[in-house]
Amino acid sequence: MTPAPLPRAAPWPRAFRAQLRVELILLLRQGENLLVILVLPIVLLALFDGARIFPSGSGRPIDFLLPGVLTVALMSTGMVTLGISTAYQRYYRVLKRLGGAPLPRATLVGAKAAAVLLVEVGQVALLVLIGWLLFGWSGTLAPGLPIMALGALCFAALGLTLAGALRAELTLGGANGLYLVFLVVGGVVLPISHLPNWLQPLAAILPPAALSSALRSALGGGALPGAQVALLGGWTIVLGVLAATLFRWE
Amino acid sequence: MSPDGPAVSLSGVTKSYGEGRGVADLDLEVAAGELVAVLGPNGAGKTTTVELMEGYRRPDRGTVRVLGLDPIRERRACLPLLGIMLQEGGIYPALSAAETLRLFAAYFRDPEPPGELLERVGLADRGRARYRHLSGGARQRLSLALALVGRPRVLFLDEPTAGMDPRSRLLTWEIIRERRSQGVTVLLTTHSMEEAERLADRVAIIDRGRLVALDSPTHLSQAAGQGLLELETVTGLTPTRLQEVRALSAVDEVSELGEARYLLRATEPARAAAAVTALLAEGGPQLRLLRVGAGSLEEVFLDLTEGPS
Repeated sequence: MTPAPLPRAAPWPRAFRAQLRVELILLLRQGENLLVILVLPIVLLALFDGARIFPSGSGRPIDFLLPGVLTVALMSTGMVTLGISTAYQRYYRVLKRLGGAPLPRATLVGAKAAAVLLVEVGQVALLVLIGWLLFGWSGTLAPGLPIMALGALCFAALGLTLAGALRAELTLGGANGLYLVFLVVGGVVLPISHLPNWLQPLAAILPPAALSSALRSALGGGALPGAQVALLGGWTIVLGVLAATLFRWE
Repeated sequence: MSPDGPAVSLSGVTKSYGEGRGVADLDLEVAAGELVAVLGPNGAGKTTTVELMEGYRRPDRGTVRVLGLDPIRERRACLPLLGIMLQEGGIYPALSAAETLRLFAAYFRDPEPPGELLERVGLADRGRARYRHLSGGARQRLSLALALVGRPRVLFLDEPTAGMDPRSRLLTWEIIRERRSQGVTVLLTTHSMEEAERLADRVAIIDRGRLVALDSPTHLSQAAGQGLLELETVTGLTPTRLQEVRALSAVDEVSELGEARYLLRATEPARAAAAVTALLAEGGPQLRLLRVGAGSLEEVFLDLTEGPS
């Protein structure tokens, strides 16, 4: 009575493409995501380029600002958007339901990573283009790319750690709160030297400062910023292990 | 995979969450092509039972097999054969109905065409609506479509019609019957006696994590109907009258079903019927219904399960 061939799972590239498409739609469809992913970094770039707060002698404001804003962009996508959306997907039992579909977890995780990466490539391209065309940035991008890749991984791990450790509402609050803190103390648009003395050493070892200062050195054509890259790598390992340990599918 | 074995089997399955929740020592076999309804009060272990079968829960003891496979260890082989409908949620709120169904279709090699399926569940004109904007009934029907899209051999439906309007419910029943007639094995949980009576080949009644009855709806009703009388009066019995009915020597026990309905237990139902009729003929209230013998599934259910704890 039953039809002869047993139902089978799709070949993984088909499931991957469909999942990637959906992950991109989900990242870009919501207004609040677009705000932090796209609008906010551009506004920061435009706003702070005229601010007279950057260390003198280190070139033009854009040389300080662009690496900072790129850091903010990676933070927006990896920590805020990925973290919050993942926490809510668990809350709405989407992750549970997907666990009952013939979609291998590796395909799901891969599609999520690819979606985040594509969005970030777009962010970086757009911000670099704006920096170059409108603000006369003239550094070299290539040495910064591997550092940005590491930073992207670090913030994605931080977002997933929050999503794993906290309930959805708390992830929402936590990720946004941390975002604000990092905007102020991350050395992204405000140099760390402007912070209170007691705060400076702490701020300097946080992931956004590690990423933005490493990027500044790399994009400015300086030597490989070994210490900052090592610091960033350390954060990525710690947060990656935390994310993997704390993560819950339901 | 053994084609002749049961489609789903639980043997000696125990899963506890502490606080007396979970299921204990559950044995249940569902034959291929059979539709079994799991009925039970809230918190009885219905969802735990299906989630054990779906491989969402790992049993503390006992074995679970679905189409001969271990749903946890052989998950990859098992999942393409299953259609799962969670009790609620499970769908991206920001995705439209059509986008969601197309996504799930892409997980299978030979899915049902999403457009046709959307139409079958009555959502053709809501395809562009995002899940968060759908009504409760429409959400459930989309969730059902997601369970069906891979042409599953076994369907697990956790309260598929909960919160549905009557029209959605009828459509859902029709779709479930249609799959059942195509040879799909269906296991559904429900609160609704009517649903179980109308759809199921067999009904499993679960109470406090234990299987207390398992049989066809007809057999269950007949078996438990022995020695039962259903009484309905035009207005409810006053406490005094109720006391008098209880005092009749032919009547062993009276329980109130609400809305002027009562369930009487008697060793000799015919004698009890005569006594009750005689009593009510003098001084009322007027009799509306007196049914001897075959009870309804609802009576069986109330009889077998304990009240809210």
